[in-house]
Amino acid sequence: MAADGGQSPLEQFVIKPIIPVEIGGVDVSFTNSALFMTIAVVLATVFLVLGMRRSDIVPGRWQVAVELSYEFIAGLLRDTVGAEGRKYFPIIFTLFMFVLLGNLLGMVPYSFTFTSHIAVTFAMAIMIFIGVTILGFVRHGMHFFSFFAPPGTPVVMLPLLVPIEIISYLSRPISLSVRLFANMLAGHTLIKVIAGFIALLGVAGVLPFALVVALTGLEILIAFLQAYVFAILTCLYINDAIHLH
Amino acid sequence: MSEERPSPSLEELDAKLKAARGQRDANGSKSGGSKAEAGSGLGMALKVGVEFVSAVGVGVAIGLLLDYWLETKPWLMIVFFLLGSAAGFLNIFRAMSGYGYAAGYSAKGGEKKPEGKGSE
Repeated sequence: MAADGGQSPLEQFVIKPIIPVEIGGVDVSFTNSALFMTIAVVLATVFLVLGMRRSDIVPGRWQVAVELSYEFIAGLLRDTVGAEGRKYFPIIFTLFMFVLLGNLLGMVPYSFTFTSHIAVTFAMAIMIFIGVTILGFVRHGMHFFSFFAPPGTPVVMLPLLVPIEIISYLSRPISLSVRLFANMLAGHTLIKVIAGFIALLGVAGVLPFALVVALTGLEILIAFLQAYVFAILTCLYINDAIHLH
Repeated sequence: MSEERPSPSLEELDAKLKAARGQRDANGSKSGGSKAEAGSGLGMALKVGVEFVSAVGVGVAIGLLLDYWLETKPWLMIVFFLLGSAAGFLNIFRAMSGYGYAAGYSAKGGEKKPEGKGSE
């Protein structure tokens, strides 16, 4: 988190191996990225399991938080996919909690933001993309290809429109992953760049300091917003695959 | 007596809860919508940019791969760049017009819930 003393504001994104492991010439070290992913999973599990440990009819604060997060995703699925979407709740909830905790853990000083790496976000996005495509094929078979031909298109226009639709479809995992990664990367870099001015400006450093405080709040908002966007887009993709026109 | 007492009160409580929830949802959707619209100008700009650039990128990548394969150096790349740009505009149109990110025009999905989709 510290950007003082001539350090690069990009240094926070460096992946460092903690436990070097190499299997068959492939570097599979346990890195700081993997460490924070593990922390995110453990935190999510602790949050949910311990929060629901007593499961009272009249919930305590912790249980309310757990139920809120549950109802938030359940409502999201109900609004976007409908009743059929209920069986996809586990994947959406897992994704949401993983991305949200990744974003929020990144806001802790000296921590590592694994969602600021395109490798991580693109891996998630391409899994979603492949999964949704398989889902579409399983539910509709070859009829899935009608996805790429908007209804009511003149046959003359099909050779032009089908490639456009296919490119539009293929651009989904890229826009999904780039949106999350770019938001996190840009926000964290911006905070560190402005934080670098605090020490340089001396007394006038109060101004960038105030800006950093405001930006930290904004970043926490973005952390929630991007996790929400990631979840809702996954819901919309599932909706598309289930309800072909 | 002791069995009859709790059930009506629980039902009443449930009815009250439902009424309160309905009211809150009605209020929440009104104020939340305007707030989200005002706050997400930057987010909207970034979203539109990403939508467009990713489609162009996919188009160019397909064009380059096909060129490499068929050895037709710049031509397919140019064609797919144009197709990718069109797909990018299509993405933007879908993101902004409330059709959500649905591929195709999906008239029934658009009619059913045109407002909820594509926000943020």
